[in-house]
Amino acid sequence: MINVYYAPEENFQKVVDDCNQEAQGKYRIDYQVLPRGADDQRVQMVRRLAAEDDGMDVLGLDVTWTAEFASAKWIKEWTGAEKDEASKGTLEQPLESATYEGKLYAAPKNTNTQLLWYRSDLVPNPPKTWDEMIKMSQDLKSQGKPYEIDTMGAQYEGLVVLYNNMVASDGGKILNDDGNKVEFDDGAVKALATLQKFASAGVTNPSFTNTQEDDARLQFQGGSGAFQLNYPFVWPALQEGAPDLKDKVKWARYPGIDANTPSKVTIGGYNLAVSAYTKHPEESFAAALCLRSPEHQLFSAINDGVPPTIESVYSDPQMDKAYPFKADILAQVKDGANRPITPAYQNVSTVLSATLSPPADIRPEQDAKDLRGSIQDALESKGVLP
Amino acid sequence: MTAGTAEKPTTHRVRAEKKAKAHLSEGKKAERKLGWLLCAPAAIVMLAVTAYPIIYSVWLSFQRFDLKFPDQREFIGLGNYITVLSNQYWWTAFGVTVLITVVTVAVELVLGMGLAWIMFRTLVARGLVRTAALIPYGIVTVVAAFSWKYAWTPDTGYLAKLFTDGAPLTERASSLAIIMLAEIWKTTPFMALLLMAGLALVPDDLLKAASMDGASGWQRFTKVMLPVMKPAILVALLFRTLDAFRVFDNIYVLTAGSNNTSSVSMLAYNNLIRGLNLGIGSTMSVLIFISVAIIAFIFVKLFGTAAPGSSDEGRR
Repeated sequence: MINVYYAPEENFQKVVDDCNQEAQGKYRIDYQVLPRGADDQRVQMVRRLAAEDDGMDVLGLDVTWTAEFASAKWIKEWTGAEKDEASKGTLEQPLESATYEGKLYAAPKNTNTQLLWYRSDLVPNPPKTWDEMIKMSQDLKSQGKPYEIDTMGAQYEGLVVLYNNMVASDGGKILNDDGNKVEFDDGAVKALATLQKFASAGVTNPSFTNTQEDDARLQFQGGSGAFQLNYPFVWPALQEGAPDLKDKVKWARYPGIDANTPSKVTIGGYNLAVSAYTKHPEESFAAALCLRSPEHQLFSAINDGVPPTIESVYSDPQMDKAYPFKADILAQVKDGANRPITPAYQNVSTVLSATLSPPADIRPEQDAKDLRGSIQDALESKGVLP
Repeated sequence: MTAGTAEKPTTHRVRAEKKAKAHLSEGKKAERKLGWLLCAPAAIVMLAVTAYPIIYSVWLSFQRFDLKFPDQREFIGLGNYITVLSNQYWWTAFGVTVLITVVTVAVELVLGMGLAWIMFRTLVARGLVRTAALIPYGIVTVVAAFSWKYAWTPDTGYLAKLFTDGAPLTERASSLAIIMLAEIWKTTPFMALLLMAGLALVPDDLLKAASMDGASGWQRFTKVMLPVMKPAILVALLFRTLDAFRVFDNIYVLTAGSNNTSSVSMLAYNNLIRGLNLGIGSTMSVLIFISVAIIAFIFVKLFGTAAPGSSDEGRR
């Protein structure tokens, strides 16, 4: 019996059933559904792992947790044939998110990235940069048309992702390459200014500083938005929930900083790791590989909308209908940016979101100075988390 | 909640007990010894489940111990205390906690007194009135907090547009006000319950005598009722202050501590459970423990609050 702890995903049970059939009795996977919120998922697993609970076998980890779980020695390293299978044909950025100190600790299950969704009836040509988009939005506002740029601005991970997109698109760095020292270069400081400018330009929803993914979707679907920066899940929801909007909405690559440099967008998604305390390591690795096999990634992409991590899956014709925007997703993931990879990511993220919130009050130079200190403290477990 | 029943010995019994206390008979001594023996197991269990975690968290607070970096565990003396006590987040949270404690307890005392009076004096449907008043206290805090949260969120809530056009839970001042409101709404019934027990202590004869002497309603309240009720009021204040100082659930649900609305408990949770930093988190827990101990000390030693049943009259 293999216990798989994974986030709620509507059709994941079908994948599990399928794997159980394929296993022909070698193992039987039991899908244990974790809470919906990412923080709650992590807290539940962390508390049990800290107590060396052997009832967990395969863990569904958000891409930002892999380093932390590896450093804490809670998950097993992938080696040999299993490592080869987990990395074969897997896109580079998702694979990097599963790697810590040069070793592979998880098999990327699905990735994710945000696109720019826009109202083609209001904006014939999508903007390429933030400046352009803000300008377009202000023009629409002065004409009395829907103008909002709806995206995530609450004090949580979503705000850090928004900021990280700006940093990466500008070639900036928050941490050094080893993930053990704060860098926070000019690009990172410039991104602070960009974020501040966006938040104070009068183009956001009034609830911007309390908006998470689904709130942004609802704001846009409500008709007040001209632009939405959000994950692909908004597409099927739009088809069902806003019939009068669905034909007017198109997508484009996420806006960048410089018109001639394509944006680099933070990738999300889940990796499957094997708990260090499992009693059935061999079967756990096999089960994890089955759950993320190309055919199951295709199934999940079509039925649950989660973008695959294996490149060849994108060329399957079945993807065209469910993912009319698959070329943009693939391009963005290939050219994507990871969030800083460090075991202390949770702390770095908490410190960042606290300083960035509310975005309209950012003072770039002063905040950069504070962040250099507080992020370094977070890396050395000296800092106090707000 | 037991304050009323425990502190209501008749005057005859009090006198009898005082006499017995003066010279304990052999039988009384044996009875007392048996009493100690009978409660020893409970006392030992209490020590094991409360003293051990406290000592262990003090021990952890002297270490750099982060579950993320298990190899870097070391003893650092008071390092964590310096880190926490020199940190602005801690003091902001401390300020928020003190503010919430002072405001909610003060408001609850006034409202609770009114509610207690209503519950005590109701003539019709007394049971119904008392039950209705207690409903907020009976609802699980997290559930209540969620309904408050949705009520104050634009689009889903009926209260959101009450004062401003924005979202009240995104601003610090309004968030704090909403948190305090939710706390007051929830725990006023508890305060009222303790105060009602105090009201029951006031003998009717005393009030009748006072009104015969020409005391006005206000004078009867301040000169007769309040002094008699003092023990009950102090107990109510002590319980609520300690409780309010540990405020967590409402903040966790309503704002999750954003916009500097964290309380010290929230901060300890963030560092201990979410941050996996056992050193810093334990340091905060110890500091909260010390704060609570100081509050209890002030109430018990300076104001003379006595636990229900521990006053001299109640002791055997």
